Amino acid sequence: MDGVVVRFTVNGEAAAVRVEPDWTLLRALREGLELTGAKEGCGAGECGACTVIVDGRAVNACLFPAVEAEGAAITTIEGVAAADGSLHPLQRAFLDSGAVQCGFCTPGMVLSAKALLDRTPRPTEDEIRTALAGNLCRCTGYVQIIEAVQAAAEEMSG
Amino acid sequence: MTAYACVGQPLPKADGIEKITGRTVYMHDFKLPGMLHGRIKFADRVSARIVSIDTSEAERVPGVRAVITAHNTPEVRFGFLKDNTALKKDRVRQYRDEIAAVAATTPEAAEEAVRKIRVVYEDLPAVFDPEEALGPDAPLVHEADPRGKPLEDNRLRLPWKVEAGDLEQGEAAAVHVAEGEYDVGWVTHCCMGTSGCVAVFDGRGDLTVYSNTQIPSLAKTDFQEALKAMGVRGRVRVVNAAIGGGFGSKLDTYAYEYIAILLAHRTRRPVKVEFDREEEFVATSPRQPARIRVRQGCDADGRLTFRHISMVLDNGAYTSWGATTPTVMMMPATSLYRVPNVRFEATCVYTNNTYCQAMRGYGTPQVTFAIETNLDELADKAGLDPYEMRLRNANEPGETTPQGFEVTTCGHRECLEAVAERLDWAGKRGQGEGGGRKRRGVGMACLLHVGGGAKIYKSDGCGTLIKMDDQGYVDVFSGSMDIGQGLDTVLRQIVAETLGIGTDRVNVIVGDTDVCPWDVGVHASRSTFVAGNAALGAARMIRDQILAFAEQLTEAPREILDLRDGQVVCQEDPSKNLPLEKLLYKAHFAKTGNTMFMASHFYEPDTRLLAGDFKGNYSGTYTWGCHGVEVEVDVDTGHVEIVRYVAAHDVGRAINPLLLKGQVYGAVLMGIGYALTEEMIFEQGRLRNANFRDYKILTARDAVPVETVIVETDDPAGPFGAKGIGEPGLVPTAPAIANAIYDAVGVRLHTLPMKPEVVLRALLDRDGGPGPA
Repeated sequence: MDGVVVRFTVNGEAAAVRVEPDWTLLRALREGLELTGAKEGCGAGECGACTVIVDGRAVNACLFPAVEAEGAAITTIEGVAAADGSLHPLQRAFLDSGAVQCGFCTPGMVLSAKALLDRTPRPTEDEIRTALAGNLCRCTGYVQIIEAVQAAAEEMSG
Repeated sequence: MTAYACVGQPLPKADGIEKITGRTVYMHDFKLPGMLHGRIKFADRVSARIVSIDTSEAERVPGVRAVITAHNTPEVRFGFLKDNTALKKDRVRQYRDEIAAVAATTPEAAEEAVRKIRVVYEDLPAVFDPEEALGPDAPLVHEADPRGKPLEDNRLRLPWKVEAGDLEQGEAAAVHVAEGEYDVGWVTHCCMGTSGCVAVFDGRGDLTVYSNTQIPSLAKTDFQEALKAMGVRGRVRVVNAAIGGGFGSKLDTYAYEYIAILLAHRTRRPVKVEFDREEEFVATSPRQPARIRVRQGCDADGRLTFRHISMVLDNGAYTSWGATTPTVMMMPATSLYRVPNVRFEATCVYTNNTYCQAMRGYGTPQVTFAIETNLDELADKAGLDPYEMRLRNANEPGETTPQGFEVTTCGHRECLEAVAERLDWAGKRGQGEGGGRKRRGVGMACLLHVGGGAKIYKSDGCGTLIKMDDQGYVDVFSGSMDIGQGLDTVLRQIVAETLGIGTDRVNVIVGDTDVCPWDVGVHASRSTFVAGNAALGAARMIRDQILAFAEQLTEAPREILDLRDGQVVCQEDPSKNLPLEKLLYKAHFAKTGNTMFMASHFYEPDTRLLAGDFKGNYSGTYTWGCHGVEVEVDVDTGHVEIVRYVAAHDVGRAINPLLLKGQVYGAVLMGIGYALTEEMIFEQGRLRNANFRDYKILTARDAVPVETVIVETDDPAGPFGAKGIGEPGLVPTAPAIANAIYDAVGVRLHTLPMKPEVVLRALLDRDGGPGPA
């Protein structure tokens, strides 16, 4: 494969991935780095299953050109728990609130919520709903997901 | 009711940690060494003769390993009436017809090759309206049945009719009658993970299909039949990856799976076929649409005297489970409320539209919309409060319904009362009309669903194997499947409770037909009840084995021994208590008579196959519920806002209230989508909104804080008293909302979705045309 090498950090570690110019960040992560936690649910930026955090912003990795990630700091679901495996408060809250059913939307949902809490530690319910509006879920009706984000926000801001 | 250690606890979902950390392997993530990528060439015409298929250019694309058509592969028939084939030979009947398929080393090569397949068609007349399709001059969708016998019309030969009591007598006894036609169209599952599979043959010719099916055992049978048609003498194994949403979409096998098998056989390589989102919309089978006519009447006191329901179903071009939804629609048609004289008849018609399948509720949301909206209209005619009308006709424990359902536990009345109280029905009803742009109203609707399996197949059973190691860890092999609903957790709770151990000691293995016993599939809200009873039966056998061994060991009589907190407990002499691990070790490594504990149980509910006159008790128990909703209607825009939502369900017993609520929340929001926003827009058989921009499923901004009421009636047939609850949560949603809209603004809506333009049009029509009110 020809392509170009893109360098960025993923979950705190430096990474270099050879990509074709038309590759999305999602493809670079899934195929180049085997970080398959981010999912392709629509490939058109409509469902949010591919959400990852790039330089603090939740983005649809299925629309984000891989080459644009040069030098960026990226967080995927694989990097949300601590290095020792202990869960992030959001992950704990998703579990305890029953916010996970089939789980396909879960990684993207957690990352959208994390981007929100990193920016707004005590969000209102309206802010939570807005932050998650780009992440579709067909199982949960979102009720327990919203509850989980509220619980995590409460725990994290003491 | 008895209190339990594990049953009734709000435990997090057992596979949640894997999912929350991104480790779970879905079909999307699954790959095998040497795997090829399959892609399908779908029809460019809706109804046409295939004159020729030229694959020569496609075959020359670098990386292509096989291009198959019906001309170079054996015919593989599938579907409930075997009227569909994996690849179409001389005729296309719908836009999703599969004409050819490619296997290539990369998805890009497969896609390029598909683009280079040239098909020459000769257009044929098409028909898209089911009633037109019944006309004498309608073009035939199928000229012959699968055996080659010529067909004279588009009507399917399906015997969907049930009758009980005396309809004419019921009509004569009626003082008030309401009649109406209700039209519900296509909606689709929108699983967040798209469909796909990987097929691979080993050196012996044995086939493994890595799948996301809801029916591992039946899919195995289907694929075995395909091998027979292909002249392959191998056996079949179906192994499931994690499933990114089911909702009924994976209750039948699809052409793409047979195509993956054909490609794998041709190339001798593993082949993956995975849909993109547009294919998922177009080429999976949606909810069955229906045009439903309801006529029902009551006496002067508001007691129902008869109900007559007839309907026409657009079957689409081929036949899957959509055509069988009337067998389940019969249930609320005959048995929701006490109505002595009933008739139900349904006609399924071939058209050139997409063909339909199971979707959460399996026909009952469609028919319940018609029944429950019409019941409100009847209450109006009788001058009764719709709540009062429903109470007067509510089902009761111990009754046998006209269709022969033997009702054991029944919390119908409790559900009604809970909704009326929570919603402040008496205070809020009838306040909507009057001035102002935004008007509020309340509505309610009830549901009846199977809660103990549904014997619509020759067996409604489920097998379970359990083995226990010598340290107290238990493996439960169930034929059922976790599709996100929480079966993995519920089985852990049931087995742990029975063996007196912690749920962390119980491992549940599902989704591998080489390892797990038979099960009819994840449908009909049956898994907690049927798979739960199967696991309970096997766990009780292990319990008996352990206690028999403990009796020898402790010399205490069996009757005073119990399993609790990981111990054999002697109720009269605690000094004889024994840690379970110690007992298991002693059993395994005894000087003589070494043993380990394992058991198998096949549970078949004591029910009658629904066939013939369609009467008899076809579920082990029945689930009841009532939903109440307060809406706010903007009379200038037609927009409907949900203000409050109360969902009360008789669940028998909540094995896991956390996951149970999740089922209700999810189902209600799916039901609100059905009611207000979701529709597949077909024009001349072509789906016009095959994406999430234009097909509107609800988002976190639309989430409704549903107030759930769990009514526990402790069903004697259920595992620890439980009934099924997977589907009921969306069954009465649309009619509850329709009835609330009527209470708010006084218009009756008979079609779904009740999107703003529909509501506004109804308001304008009532008020005499457009213009300011």
